[in-house]
Amino acid sequence: MAETLFYFLIYPGLLFAGVVGGLLSWFDRKITAQVQFRKGPPLLQPFYDFLKLLLVKETLLPARGARMTFLIAPVLGLFGATAAAAFILLPLFNIHIGFEGDVMVIFYLLTIPSLTYILGALASGNPLASVGASREIKLIVSYELTFLLFFAAIILKADQAMRMSEIIQMQAQASPFIGSISGVLLLIVGVFCIQAKLGMVPFDIAEAETELSEGSFIEYSGTVYALVQFTKYIMLFILPALIVAFLMSGFHLEGIGILWAVLKVLAVVLLLTLIRNTNPRLRIKQAMRFFLIGMNALVIIAIVLTYLGL
Amino acid sequence: MGLKSFCLKKSLWVFHLAGASCNNCDIEILDVLTPRYDVERFGIKLVGSPRHADVILVSGSINQRDKPRLLEVYNQASKPVYVVAFGACGITGGIFAEGNTFAGPVDQIIPVDAYIPGCPPKPEAMISGLSKLMQTI
Ligand code: SF4
Repeated sequence: MAETLFYFLIYPGLLFAGVVGGLLSWFDRKITAQVQFRKGPPLLQPFYDFLKLLLVKETLLPARGARMTFLIAPVLGLFGATAAAAFILLPLFNIHIGFEGDVMVIFYLLTIPSLTYILGALASGNPLASVGASREIKLIVSYELTFLLFFAAIILKADQAMRMSEIIQMQAQASPFIGSISGVLLLIVGVFCIQAKLGMVPFDIAEAETELSEGSFIEYSGTVYALVQFTKYIMLFILPALIVAFLMSGFHLEGIGILWAVLKVLAVVLLLTLIRNTNPRLRIKQAMRFFLIGMNALVIIAIVLTYLGL
Repeated sequence: MGLKSFCLKKSLWVFHLAGASCNNCDIEILDVLTPRYDVERFGIKLVGSPRHADVILVSGSINQRDKPRLLEVYNQASKPVYVVAFGACGITGGIFAEGNTFAGPVDQIIPVDAYIPGCPPKPEAMISGLSKLMQTI
């Protein structure tokens, strides 16, 4: 019991994922700064931000709106992200506990943070937040099907293996999935899906800093906003880790393998950052069309190619 | 220096409130985010919601219509929050001080922690003002 709690709360769950995610968030901001010929923030900046929000700032509740839901939503989001982090990272770090769960569990757990953002935004009673929430819903409707098909394609590639650890092992024995045509297509689809899941430009439609002034999160302040930030840090680590596990044969944490593991995650985050820096924000209609037509077509082609053994 | 004030100092999020300015100050504020001055290296970033703000940067003179809005933003911000009066207009009213809608310089409406003079202040002046503000935290 104590061991399981340790796995969930410290390593590789909540704390570890949050710290690594914070460092990745620094990496993302630093690369953004470099792309714009700036110097960028110091290494510990994400943690200063987090600690400031957690310890210093006062938490305000909206005058109108459902206060309980407003406060509980970020906590639920953090739970969802933590559970997803544990189920993704335990097989990746080759730790075995009783229940491993198949990848569909991960798929559902990964949806929880976005859902709680919507809940919190609607509970805040702020018109800008509700516009943000309605956009977030539309965004989820558009990318979720693609993401599901992405999972299905991976399962198909792994000979119907539903377990994360089996998928990783299969790639370790043969070759990583990314080494085939369908694998490359799946990488493209997967990266765009997690870009939308992370709410990064061009899919930051729900936050839209310039038009909705942070949309869904406009009313959050202090400690609860710190929780939202922490959830985002965790997501910034586990979603790229998921891509690494599904397509790049996961981590092999011994000797030089550690360096490779770090490089793989950094490569995926770098890709996300470059996409976010070279694209303007899409309108919600364009984003829906992008996923419902473009990405779905791509993932279906990938599935067909997988059937043909390519 | 405690951990709390250290973290606060290292991560000042700025909410920009433009009163009835001639718009030159507002453009000058965006200058400090450019590659040449880049205040992100001090952890400063612009935020869109007063709820997230640690610093309220008020540029332009405050007229009768702006006054309730300024008070509203100040009350909505989660404390501790610092107020910076930016430019001649923010500090004294500047060229608008004699207008019939003028509602008083910022420091007569809400408490001000730092003044950055100039018309408009140079980006260097703004960085120096913010670093002096950081030293007081
Ligand atoms: S201080 Fe000068 S530049 Fe700034 S708003 Fe006033 S008149 Fe314009």
